[in-house]
Amino acid sequence: MSNNIIELKNISVAFDGQQIIENMNLYIRDKEFITFLGPSGCGKTTTLRMIAGFLEPDSGDVIFDGKIINGVPPHKRQLNTIFQRYALFPHLNVYENIAFGLRLKKTPEKEIKEAVTEMLELINLKGFERRNISSLSGGQQQRVAIARALVVKPRVLLLDEPLGALDLKLRKDMQVELKNIQQRLGITFIYVTHDQEEALSMSDTIVVMDSGVIQQIGTPTDIYNEPKNAFVADFIGESNIIEGVMRADFWVEMAGHKFKCLDKGFGVDEKVDVVVRPEDVDVVPVEKSMISGVVTSITFKGVYYEIIVEIKGFKWMIQSTEFQEVGSTIGINVEPDAIHIMKKSQYSGLYGDYSSFSEEFDELSDATVYEEDDE
Amino acid sequence: MTKKTSIGGKLYTALVFIFLYAPIAVLIIFSFNSGKSTSVFEGFSLYWYKELFNDAATLSAFKNSMIVAVVSSIISTVMGTAAATGIYGYKNKLVKTGIMTVTNIPMMNPEIVTGVSMMLLFVFIGAIFGKTGTLGFPTLIIAHVTFELPYVILNVLPKLRQTDLHLAEAAQDLGCTPAQAFFKVVLPAIIPGIVSGLMMAFTLSVDDFIISYFVSGTTSQTLPIRIFSMTKRRVTPDMYALSTLIFLAILVLLIVSNIISARGDKKLSKKGGAKK
Amino acid sequence: MNKKSSLMSRLAGAPYIVWAALFIIVPLCMVAYYAFTDNTGAFTIENITGLTKYTDTFLLSIWLGLVATVVCLIIAYPLAYIMAQKGPEKQSTMTMLIMLPMWMNFLLRTYSWMTILEDTGLINTAITSLGFEPLQLINTRGAVVLGMVYNFLPYMILPIYTVMLKTDHSLIEAAQDLGGNKLDVFRNVTIPLSVPGIVSGFTMVFVPSVSTFYISQKLGGTGTILIGDIIETQFQTANNFNLGASLSFVLMILIFICLAVMNRFSDDDGGVIL
Repeated sequence: MSNNIIELKNISVAFDGQQIIENMNLYIRDKEFITFLGPSGCGKTTTLRMIAGFLEPDSGDVIFDGKIINGVPPHKRQLNTIFQRYALFPHLNVYENIAFGLRLKKTPEKEIKEAVTEMLELINLKGFERRNISSLSGGQQQRVAIARALVVKPRVLLLDEPLGALDLKLRKDMQVELKNIQQRLGITFIYVTHDQEEALSMSDTIVVMDSGVIQQIGTPTDIYNEPKNAFVADFIGESNIIEGVMRADFWVEMAGHKFKCLDKGFGVDEKVDVVVRPEDVDVVPVEKSMISGVVTSITFKGVYYEIIVEIKGFKWMIQSTEFQEVGSTIGINVEPDAIHIMKKSQYSGLYGDYSSFSEEFDELSDATVYEEDDE
Repeated sequence: MTKKTSIGGKLYTALVFIFLYAPIAVLIIFSFNSGKSTSVFEGFSLYWYKELFNDAATLSAFKNSMIVAVVSSIISTVMGTAAATGIYGYKNKLVKTGIMTVTNIPMMNPEIVTGVSMMLLFVFIGAIFGKTGTLGFPTLIIAHVTFELPYVILNVLPKLRQTDLHLAEAAQDLGCTPAQAFFKVVLPAIIPGIVSGLMMAFTLSVDDFIISYFVSGTTSQTLPIRIFSMTKRRVTPDMYALSTLIFLAILVLLIVSNIISARGDKKLSKKGGAKK
Repeated sequence: MNKKSSLMSRLAGAPYIVWAALFIIVPLCMVAYYAFTDNTGAFTIENITGLTKYTDTFLLSIWLGLVATVVCLIIAYPLAYIMAQKGPEKQSTMTMLIMLPMWMNFLLRTYSWMTILEDTGLINTAITSLGFEPLQLINTRGAVVLGMVYNFLPYMILPIYTVMLKTDHSLIEAAQDLGGNKLDVFRNVTIPLSVPGIVSGFTMVFVPSVSTFYISQKLGGTGTILIGDIIETQFQTANNFNLGASLSFVLMILIFICLAVMNRFSDDDGGVIL
């Protein structure tokens, strides 16, 4: 077990009678970049705050480095947090903000100066020592927050949607920068986000959560290619989730056609959810196709067209570089390695149909406005 | 957006200000009158000022007022700031509104009722212990703290609301105990509210007559009470002298505080990236 | 959510809660206690029922308080409106000038009117020197209302001014844009939006006016006895605490009823605007 830095054992948390986290078990390895990913209210920020010590679980143990740390206050825990809106101290300048943690430890002034200078170099803000916090841009404030947390040399850094307030371009740059910092310093990062792309591009391990329950733990490729249920498949990337029946090992029937696949071990005629990613669908002439359907809409996305095709009453999303006329009938092929079979779950039938695509999009953007503050 | 005020508007403004200042001007002018008349100016003199400074009772009342104001405003500021942080942190909405309602009572209630109610409490407690002279400095200070507290709380609460909730958490995260986090991070953020609360408490205390009138004993006369007892008699111009001095003191204070705050604004806008 | 800080909060708030209970709640209970007991401590409602003979005094207090409040409103509203149109520098000077008399002791402010209105005071001296008969100025109800207006006028100006200042100017422009002329805009936008200021100004003038005793003593003479005067007498000279407490009790309840009505009025109005 030795290289687990944090373990959560049978954790449950409820606020006002509402279950936020239900019997959670999780191991976090030392020096890894782990991301809690999920929609608003899924319990990811709660989990983070529990690890940081800002709230206590109702039951279960939080274990740090082999020792139970339930009841240990935040200031005695060897981990630091980057807050959503940075929480930089407005009455202190950049230097004093970064030096804050060291001052508390009564570090000699000379060492503080060295450490702060080193940090400012790390975050590319040399010469900003005397600047006021309010005179910094969002990206610069973000970096100061990172420096302030890292300068006290935590074993673990907790990041609560740290890039949420930045614009897209800056966010991409900061993602790369954060990953670099993590690798250079070799400390554990626990990252919370609702942005799947962010999670996929930065993490070693992703923990997908919903309704206070871990849905899947795995590497980004695992999570993307082998989602465990309809929720994960839908939340990570775009996916068509079709009702299917396993006719035999390696054979699944959906949309009235038997497809060859790479999955086995299901019961004969067991009902399953079939995931097909939009980019894995090939558009072919109708006469050479496995199944066919009518194009109901097409949107130009730059690199590709996003085509919605209705096949046997189910709307598929297809990404293709070729234009198709709305109303025309097109043929579709799906290769065996593009098919992923999932057991039926509570999420079956809730996701993966693109007939209500635009509404779903609205919900998502609403969710980002409220972030996790109500959690 | 600034519009030229019409002649009528200007005239109106002038009239209101004349109404507000005429009585004060009369007091000031006649404080320099050499005669005793309050309607005929007989000649310039500082006689009434000399009279005033020879009046031991007035001077001691002034001293009492200052003591009560300093002590009560400090107590109410400390307790009120703590209360505001407490109220701000309460999660239970019902408790919160309950406390705020009680806090509003001294501000909404007629001052005479507040004064009377406290007098009754002190007299009642005194009666239990078989004492008669319970009213004095302690009761005066208790009463002043009580009516100053709501103003302190209402000055500090908005500042707390403007402060980022996560600041205190960030400080704890970096190694502060909860108490350290408050003093190192939250307090600096809310200090403007605390200072204005303190100043308000102090001026309210110096100015208060009605409540003090009911809860002060004979040994703890404050300046307003002294003024009251003097104005009960026939009008004498030494009261004019006192008014003039008070007016001047307030004028100077206001101008100074205005200059300070104007400078602060300038500094703030100039500061930008400069050293704190 | 954060159980820890809740404990901190409770600790920080505790002294105040104890204080508020002891010195706000308990004293009010004492008022009720004295109001419903006689001087031996036995329960009685005679104090309250006996108040009927003060009905006229109550009515006079409320009437004069109302008149003073309305006069304040009539004087304050145009001034607040004029101020809100000015530039920031003029605004801060004017605000300071309005607050300055407020900071002066109100006894002295009232007292100064006494010297002006007296039979041998400034106005009458001027009048008689011109050969006219002196006027009865002091010791009239008009003088009492004048004293109230003078003392509490700033409390009416400032809240209205503050609300007007906060009003989004684009609302007024929008109203003009929609075809309203100056009067329409003033009547349909400016006034409704300033209702919260009027309500708080009304409260801040009405409550001290109704309960005053000093102003009526100095400017009203023996002819104008207000409820505050009677309460003061009970506690300071007559030593009838039970009667004084019952008067205070009723006064407090009357004022809370008035405030509740005012608040209801403003809520409804706010609802109409929105």
